Amino acid sequence: MKLVLGQDQQELRATVRSFLAGLSPREGHRPEVYARLNGELGLSGLIIPEEYGGAGAGLTELAVVLEETGAALLPGPFLANALAAIALTQVPDKELLTAVAEGRLTATVAPLPGGSDLVTASRDGEALVDGRLAQVVNAGEADVLLAPVTRHDGVALVAIDLAGEGVTRTPLTTLDLTRSQAEVVLEGARGRVLGSPPDGIALERAWNLFSVALAAEQLGVMRASLEAIVGYAKIRVAFGRYIGSYQGVKHKLADMHCKLEQAESIVRYAAWAADESPGELPEAAALAQAYVGRACFEVARDHLLLHGGIGFTWEHDAHLYYKRAKADEVLLGPPRTHRERLADLLEL
Amino acid sequence: MNLDEYRSAARVWLAANADRTDDAREFMARLYDAGYSGITWPKRWGGQGLTQAEERAFAAEARDYALPTYIFSIGLGMCGPTLLDRGTDAQRERFLRPLLRGEEVWCQLFSEPGAGSDVASLQTRAVRDGDGWVVNGQKVWTSVAQHADWGLLLTRTDVDVPKHKGLTMFVVDMHHPGVTVRPLKDMTGRSHFNEIFFDDVTIPDKHRVGEVNDGWGVAVTTLLHERLSISAGVGMGGGADWLARLREAVDTGDPLVRDQLVELHIRSRALSLFNQRLSQETRAGLFPGARGSAAKLLLAELTLYTADLATSLVGPESVVDEELSHAISLAPAMALGGGTNEIMRNIIGERVLNLPPEPRVDKTVPFKDLKVGTQQ
Repeated sequence: MKLVLGQDQQELRATVRSFLAGLSPREGHRPEVYARLNGELGLSGLIIPEEYGGAGAGLTELAVVLEETGAALLPGPFLANALAAIALTQVPDKELLTAVAEGRLTATVAPLPGGSDLVTASRDGEALVDGRLAQVVNAGEADVLLAPVTRHDGVALVAIDLAGEGVTRTPLTTLDLTRSQAEVVLEGARGRVLGSPPDGIALERAWNLFSVALAAEQLGVMRASLEAIVGYAKIRVAFGRYIGSYQGVKHKLADMHCKLEQAESIVRYAAWAADESPGELPEAAALAQAYVGRACFEVARDHLLLHGGIGFTWEHDAHLYYKRAKADEVLLGPPRTHRERLADLLEL
Repeated sequence: MNLDEYRSAARVWLAANADRTDDAREFMARLYDAGYSGITWPKRWGGQGLTQAEERAFAAEARDYALPTYIFSIGLGMCGPTLLDRGTDAQRERFLRPLLRGEEVWCQLFSEPGAGSDVASLQTRAVRDGDGWVVNGQKVWTSVAQHADWGLLLTRTDVDVPKHKGLTMFVVDMHHPGVTVRPLKDMTGRSHFNEIFFDDVTIPDKHRVGEVNDGWGVAVTTLLHERLSISAGVGMGGGADWLARLREAVDTGDPLVRDQLVELHIRSRALSLFNQRLSQETRAGLFPGARGSAAKLLLAELTLYTADLATSLVGPESVVDEELSHAISLAPAMALGGGTNEIMRNIIGERVLNLPPEPRVDKTVPFKDLKVGTQQ
């Protein structure tokens, strides 16, 4: 088991961190920044195998990157595209993998465990998809949607051209101002069935990898929240002292640090399991969401509260972290579902 | 011999010797003769002159055995290393080899009834008397004192200077007639510790460790070794064992019970992975330092949580069940010994997060003018 980053991974982290430094989540999705992340830094192809033009790296490297984009609250479809790349590595499709690796195309996923209400009708080898997806992350910015579809022979992954006919995207007002969602209605939308269905096992593994990837982003959100409030506690004065000198503040910050240490350990472990020990992945993935998802929200919440009144203002960034943490905590389903999955895996 | 060979040799030796005796002194003598006592200590003082890598390799092999070395743990983990760092050559010559051979047991005498977290406010006095010193006072929370031949004793030698500047460290003969050792019955009903009374106990000046009034500097060395030896012993937290036991004892079909057991699993895995990460970092040459305090705090909280959950889940039976009653009675120990949870949070806040310290009223005032212990 490897829980410490190697030299290359530390360099990757430093590169991404310095690239993102100075960006504000308030600027919204900046396509030119996103394009440089994918092109100059080659991040859209990070985990895509070399035969498709990617870097062939693992979840450990992806986790390093997502921790940084999480810490920066990077707006835009970066996470969605990374989840789509994960799905595509499990149900490989040359055309899409190559396009995502090159950064020519942005994909998103409807991360629904066990399928969706979408139905397909097959005509001349082409699937026509009907149904409604109430919430799809970054569907407004993405070119292609990957969605699990339940068919007579099991679950299949279908790629749908979001700009094509029969697709209606309606932007939703989201709690998290840094990540958009849209309702997607499909009425005879053209889709392409990927892989060789049924792909239930591959999609199950993809789901576990989503959990790990999201936990890495949550680790970044936690880290940045804690850094922000620790920094503030060293400059904000009340009753003639820096607020960080009061035990009422200091002890809470110490507890937040403990959560961060444990969260980082779990994320490194889950990423290692994803890359090196597939048998451990399901439990590690459920653990990652069960622990890190909650810890991230608690740390982001306490970071906001310890700021005092200013933390409740629109101008301050504290609420952006708080809202991202909450949106992330429920992104892959109600938190109880991760705990339930863990209980099942432990055969409780 | 490379590390793998060293480890194999240790494995073979332990298999042949670990269970041969329950007698701690006899076992230590065997350990010494085989070259497994004082692995990292200098050869000149009876050690093996090897590195942390060999010590860890031996410890990893020894983990599978319940070695009867507990009564030597204070001497080997704290007192010996303090003498190595701060003692005189004459003291090292006199004391270290008998400790490594298991001929003499050591205890550590710092805490007092009025000086726990704030140990520098201790009141046990050492007064110069010709070539030696005379000690009066009381110490508490002393492990293995009933077996001890020698003690590392922190005393106050000057009350006219601020509290950290008037302390001096000594080696005290625990067989001196003025030393009284009384077992301290703790809340579990057992006696894990002792309290020690000093009535006109004389100590020769050659048994002073470090300079007069520099005892705090010496104590910091000892406490550093204490923290290292505690964090080395901080293992898996025992949560996994409890989970296995509880799933047999309770109805896991009840969704509330299931969720509580999952919570126990999550907490124990989180801490166990953190501990493993710290030890991997240490192996890679990154020393955890004060971050070890986070592991200690989390272990204390997990210990309380686990015993609380186990007794609650089992219900009325738990208060007549010996193991569960002992577990809930012992649970506070980890949150108090080796630094309370509040002290751990201060350490994390000030030394890991670099937050400003609390304003102090006791740093510049002469000790005699401080409100401390029984001195009002």
